[in-house]
Amino acid sequence: MTVIVTEGLSKRYPGVTALDRLTVNIGPGVTGLVGANGAGKSTLIKLLLGLAPATEGTSRVLGKDSAVDGSAIRAQVGYMPEHDCLPPDVPATEFVVHMARMSGLPRTAARERTADTLRHVGLYEARYRPIGGYSTGMKQRVKLAQALVHDPQLVLLDEPTNGLDPAGRDEMLALIRRVHTDFGISVLVTSHLLGELERTSDHIVVIDGGKLLRSESIGGFTQSTTTLAVEVTDSDRHPNGAEAVHEALTAAGLTAQRDAGQLVLVELAPGAEGDAGYDTVRDTIADMGLGLVRMEQRRHRIAEVFAERVDAAPAAPAAPEGPTTPADPTTPEGPADPAEVPAQAPTPAAQEGADGRAH
Amino acid sequence: MHTDPNTTRSADAAPDGPTARGDARIHNIGYRSYSGPRLGRSHGRASLIEHSLRGAFGLGRSARSKVLPMLLLTIMTLPAMIMVAVAIATDLNELPLEYTRYVVFMQPIVGLYVALAAPQMVSLDLRYRTTPLYFSRPLERSDYVTAKLAALSVAIFVFCALPLVLLYAGALLGELSPSDETVGFLQGLAGAVVFAVLHSALALLIASFTPRRGFGVAAVIAVLTVPYFAATSLQWIVYDLGSSGAVDWIGLLSPGTLMDGFQGAYLGGATDFPSGIAPAAGGAGLAYLLVTVGLTALCSFLLLRRYRKVGI
Repeated sequence: MTVIVTEGLSKRYPGVTALDRLTVNIGPGVTGLVGANGAGKSTLIKLLLGLAPATEGTSRVLGKDSAVDGSAIRAQVGYMPEHDCLPPDVPATEFVVHMARMSGLPRTAARERTADTLRHVGLYEARYRPIGGYSTGMKQRVKLAQALVHDPQLVLLDEPTNGLDPAGRDEMLALIRRVHTDFGISVLVTSHLLGELERTSDHIVVIDGGKLLRSESIGGFTQSTTTLAVEVTDSDRHPNGAEAVHEALTAAGLTAQRDAGQLVLVELAPGAEGDAGYDTVRDTIADMGLGLVRMEQRRHRIAEVFAERVDAAPAAPAAPEGPTTPADPTTPEGPADPAEVPAQAPTPAAQEGADGRAH
Repeated sequence: MHTDPNTTRSADAAPDGPTARGDARIHNIGYRSYSGPRLGRSHGRASLIEHSLRGAFGLGRSARSKVLPMLLLTIMTLPAMIMVAVAIATDLNELPLEYTRYVVFMQPIVGLYVALAAPQMVSLDLRYRTTPLYFSRPLERSDYVTAKLAALSVAIFVFCALPLVLLYAGALLGELSPSDETVGFLQGLAGAVVFAVLHSALALLIASFTPRRGFGVAAVIAVLTVPYFAATSLQWIVYDLGSSGAVDWIGLLSPGTLMDGFQGAYLGGATDFPSGIAPAAGGAGLAYLLVTVGLTALCSFLLLRRYRKVGI
């Protein structure tokens, strides 16, 4: 079963192409939609909800055509906008009850669902106070509650972690995970922070410039190989410990490389063979008499999806035009212009996301 | 053998404990899905009308937002109560003011109320960007607009009709002619309906252009008063120059004089025009009818168009 299907979906505004022949299938579960600001994430959500007509192509949500059945789709879908959308002078309960009734729930059901939903998102006594006095984290919870209050089958969350501090981010991400695991509601969550979607999502869709870069299950992004970061001390015998370890590990048959600093990055294959690699690293360093400062496992960051593209793009064949290539989710080289790749590769957002996860 | 101290203590405290306590449990019910009715668009629209209507009188909002609507409503009804008191005390044969004239007489107060209520209804949703939450629900944008129009129309009608009801009740208590009073009362209500619909379309359109409530209030007051004073002075000038025929046509130029002339032509007879004469129902009065209907339709249409652009 697919929750969202788009086929050649395009949206052009005068002078701007917000979505360019996007073809993607999204199944149940938590799907992360990643892209820099202006990549077309919010436009996609608008088209899916039937709030704006597509220039070309079609999209179906829960089996219904967005262009025709917008109202029926919106009855079964919740939406949490990116920006502030709450009136400050109303308590959260009243506001969410009102929104539940707007979704078609009778008055008593709206009240019950509101109490339940606010409890589930973790808003307790504060719900009787006007929203104006809430912290950003509490406001985000109210926004999430109004998207969930009518028990939708799917929620679209646009940048739900915006403006939250690291602890707030973690709580929000855990809550989003629960929306699927405990509530049984499918989630499409957008973010420009790649790192944070990694642990929340089952599936990641990456778009840039309105085009599909990649659509894969989270395993495809992060589990093919493991990188081990190793840091060692220097000794009299080995004045440059890192370089010595690098040579020794390479000699031992492992794929190792130096990073810009004092780290040696060792690639480990999945499975038993890779596990044996840990022992090799440990023994090699012990034999050399060096102090092991740090040995930490690093999953591949989604940010590297972009880095890979920098490597892959020049080697890619002349970009074929047409909607078929982006349709293939396993092709990392879309028809994107190689010239635009460096601009997207080391986005500060991507770095930020990756750094936030590093330790 | 393991003995739980808690169990022992509770058993001591309640000799018939095990069963009695066993009934009182806190269940973690977890997430409950909703399988009840989903009433769809029409229910959403009706709820929005109710919500907006209550909001127009400050109900369901903070105490501060109740002050002005209630104050204005009091000022609006006060003259009616005084008139009733005077009429009864001095044994008048009829009320000092006709029903249809009352709203025109109290127009500054009604105008203030409209200027207050319209931005309250639409500007706040724009300012706090709540509209995307409405439009991401089954409601269509036209539902939102019609609901707001209906709610403000009803609010203005209630605001205008309440003193009329007081007048009518007082007139019946004062044993004035029931048939005359009933006709006048119904004419007054009909006038209030037209007045409410026209002003709600006009004021909502103006208010929908600014997310700032203060600007909305000022703009609505300006649009209701400036043309009114301009048209009225022009009428007097033209009247003094002796061409009383033009007075009727100038009256078409402001919402206030438009309503005055419309009521004069179809619902009573007198106006505040310099001549004091109403436009003839067949002649200039027809223009008043057409302009009233046309202006209402135009404002509603523009409002619908406005909401095709804003709010997502």
